[in-house]
Amino acid sequence: MLNYILRRLGAGLLLLVVVTAVTFWIFYVLPRWAGVTPQGMAAMYVGKAPTPEAIQATVDRLGLDQPIAVQFVEFLRTLIFGQEFTFGRQTVECAAPCLGYSFSTNSPVLPQILDRLPVTLSLGLGAAVIWVIGGVGVGVLSAVKKGSVFDRLAMGAALAGVSLPIYFTGLLALAFLVHQWGLFPVSRYVPFTEDPVAWYQVMLLPWITLAFLHAAQYARQTRAGMLETLNEDYIRTARAKGLSERKVIFKHALRPTLTPILTILGLDIGMVLGGAILTEKVFSLNGVGAYAIDSIVSKDLPVILGVTLLGAVFIVVCNLIVDLLYPVVDPRVRITA
Amino acid sequence: MSAPSQVPESAEDADTADVAAAATQGRSDADNRSLKQIAWQRLRRDKVAMISGVVVVLLILAAIFAPLLAKWFGHPPTQFHQDLIEPSRRLPYIDPANPDAGVDRWGGISGDHLLGVEPTTGRDLFSRILYGAQISLLVAFLATLVCVALGTILGIIAGYVGGWVDTLISRAMDIFLAFPLMLFAIALVGVIPDGVLGLTGNGLRIGVIVFIIGFFNWPYIARIVRGQTLALREREFVEAAKSLGAGNRHILLKEILPNLITPVIVYATLLIPTNILFEAALSFLGVGINPPTPSWGKMLSEAVPFFREAPYFIIFPGMAIFITVLAFNLFGDGLRDAFDPKTSD
Repeated sequence: MLNYILRRLGAGLLLLVVVTAVTFWIFYVLPRWAGVTPQGMAAMYVGKAPTPEAIQATVDRLGLDQPIAVQFVEFLRTLIFGQEFTFGRQTVECAAPCLGYSFSTNSPVLPQILDRLPVTLSLGLGAAVIWVIGGVGVGVLSAVKKGSVFDRLAMGAALAGVSLPIYFTGLLALAFLVHQWGLFPVSRYVPFTEDPVAWYQVMLLPWITLAFLHAAQYARQTRAGMLETLNEDYIRTARAKGLSERKVIFKHALRPTLTPILTILGLDIGMVLGGAILTEKVFSLNGVGAYAIDSIVSKDLPVILGVTLLGAVFIVVCNLIVDLLYPVVDPRVRITA
Repeated sequence: MSAPSQVPESAEDADTADVAAAATQGRSDADNRSLKQIAWQRLRRDKVAMISGVVVVLLILAAIFAPLLAKWFGHPPTQFHQDLIEPSRRLPYIDPANPDAGVDRWGGISGDHLLGVEPTTGRDLFSRILYGAQISLLVAFLATLVCVALGTILGIIAGYVGGWVDTLISRAMDIFLAFPLMLFAIALVGVIPDGVLGLTGNGLRIGVIVFIIGFFNWPYIARIVRGQTLALREREFVEAAKSLGAGNRHILLKEILPNLITPVIVYATLLIPTNILFEAALSFLGVGINPPTPSWGKMLSEAVPFFREAPYFIIFPGMAIFITVLAFNLFGDGLRDAFDPKTSD
């Protein structure tokens, strides 16, 4: 068991290193291969309409004219130990873990990302609760009543769900549910800590819209898994020894189905930071993803680097949590590990 | 509507037993052609798959012949028709000849403009949707092609060579699937300068999207190919070829690769809709295809300022995406079921 945990932790750490390296490669190496000079890269970092002096200062500060290996070491050093940036007499500290420094706002990137994190987390986690309960519930019901009208309708809706992009359903929901029929309020994001009721009211529609798309996949997966396990011998045994149908379904048949569901959930939650961009844009939520997209317009590349890195870390951590939960859900992992 | 994967072959069907028997036979002596015939028979009986297949073909034809269709039924996709637009609200008139009748919240559809005209510019929506299909399918097909090329090569190597090479490639698959794809795509658009490799504007954007999808989504194909190769490697005909002195090159290219074509086509079909959605999403966010080239995602985001007054303008591009993606998904599902030996009974 300890062996399993250690191995998973090791794999998570390795993944983290690789993800960091790839992010570095995309931001520092790829543009150079594409023929961008160190000055050209600096121009991408200092925001709109930079002066030549500012560009040269940025080249020096980031060491963009150094060999790639040196830059990578420096990149990691900044990430792990933080760095101080000096502008004339003023010194700004980018505390570890320094995900980057935005030259256009003259501040470290991480605190600004963290400011917007609650919006993204509210969106992703709230929607996840709905889509897991809804998707698994519909999937179980569909499998039990296989071939029924409910099953056909649910699976039809699920198929539509995996084919509908959120930037279409979300806009439709806004246009009709909010503006035409007034079923949901038009309002701005309110933090949970300020007013939980208002927070819930604002988030409900984004949650439902986002959850609908994901629930479709969960319903299909659950249904397929349930149909497979319901044919197993041990289910017949459970029925034969007189267990109630409810117990057979929820305790015996559902459990092995949950293992692949957990895997997808880990990936989906991990992707929330990057994947919620579209939902945030559609519902004008000022989250991390929207921040990254806005930074493209304002040419604030360090922000995108920071969000990308944090997004990757998020995925790694979620995968790790799922790996550590496996033995809890699936006893077979405990034995073989 | 029902998913084809959930439609059981009806027991009363007279030739079900024959098909099942033929399927078993086809598998046992690895006669690829007869398995294909069986799959074709099954596919033909799967109404949902057939209809979606027809829709897919029509969409591809529409995309290819977009210039012709636009010429016959519409207008050039970038031609402005501002005489049809009420200047202050920027929406189309109900009747351009009689401006006092007000604006049409429902798009300004007429015999001349089959799907109405865009707000502000008055460009013909019908031809923009058609040309949008061109971009959408082009990007999706190119990206899928890259995925298939990378995935097949790496998957076949992992499955055939085995050992540490397999471990390395399999780990790489897990890692690549764990990347925040959309963030990377946004980052690349920000980082790659115009004019790289002689590509500018939309050529470059298409290149970047194809690169990012191909580079990060190949594991979906590679997983399938690796699994199939592992199974095929142990089969009698491979052993027979080996015992006759065939080299690795012959076994890989002549014995194993032909057997991989079917599963690769099936899963490539299922990858296309994902790629269509990805391109549309990037264009919606403004980091995909640049205007004035029409793309469905961009058309949606251009309709956003008007959706309170005229929700109509999000419906056509949205439905175009939905129908295309759904058709590919249904067709891919049907294809997979038709070729899957497990669904024979």
